[in-house]
Amino acid sequence: MPDFEVVELGPADHPTQGEAIEDFTRPLVTDEFWEDRQLSELLSENGRTIVVFTPMIGSFVGTYVWSELEERAWADRANSVVGVTASTPYGISQFLEENEFSFDLFADPSNEVAAAYGIDHDLDGMSGVSEPRVAFFAVEPDLTVDAAWVATEWPEFPDYDALESDLGLESR
Amino acid sequence: MVATHGTDTDGTITFYRLQACPYCERVTRVLEDAGLEYHSRFVEPLHSKRDVVKRVAGVRTVPVIVDENTGVTMAESANIVDYLESTYETNGENANGGD
Repeated sequence: MPDFEVVELGPADHPTQGEAIEDFTRPLVTDEFWEDRQLSELLSENGRTIVVFTPMIGSFVGTYVWSELEERAWADRANSVVGVTASTPYGISQFLEENEFSFDLFADPSNEVAAAYGIDHDLDGMSGVSEPRVAFFAVEPDLTVDAAWVATEWPEFPDYDALESDLGLESR
Repeated sequence: MVATHGTDTDGTITFYRLQACPYCERVTRVLEDAGLEYHSRFVEPLHSKRDVVKRVAGVRTVPVIVDENTGVTMAESANIVDYLESTYETNGENANGGD
């Protein structure tokens, strides 16, 4: 256990195994451009996909999660991985470039996608700012959730080894 | 991992543009007036970071369109406007960029 206080977020009301996840369209930011993409369209092109939510780009939480996934080579080990965060396309684009991450991230500055998935929380002390909890969903092309992990504390990181096995990542 | 980008949508126009760029907005008006289907890709403000445009069109300027219907890739707003009007027989009322 950490020797500092963490914020209890409590259980989230998110889609779980066997349930359908809601479709959405948002700008998908790559290291070169951003364009509107629909989640279901990506799923039908790429197959089973791990959808990763993090707090805003700039937060240590977002940086730690994506650095960990890069180090663990999720881009090679998962069929497909895509991120969602409550940041602007410009912020995400700079983040991807500065860190040379091999992932694309959906820009959802209004945080409506996280709200629709029941995994949003307000940033205490900052008016009008809401962001996603750290969350991972393995999603089938028909939008069915295969496995899910959602943070219940802030900050909280998953046990990545256990998560990889839950999400069905290929072993290294 | 399968790439999540780079696939042009079927038979539509891909429009490489920069946010609030008047030359791009001029092309937008013509596309809208002609009722053409198009797919926007916003690129970086810095020329040096516009590798995708360079790769697609050989230049780092925007606007650039890639028209899957005709196989045409084109830069320069005036050329694009002329091309769209002659190809799709638009009335050209906004062709000079006037508002």
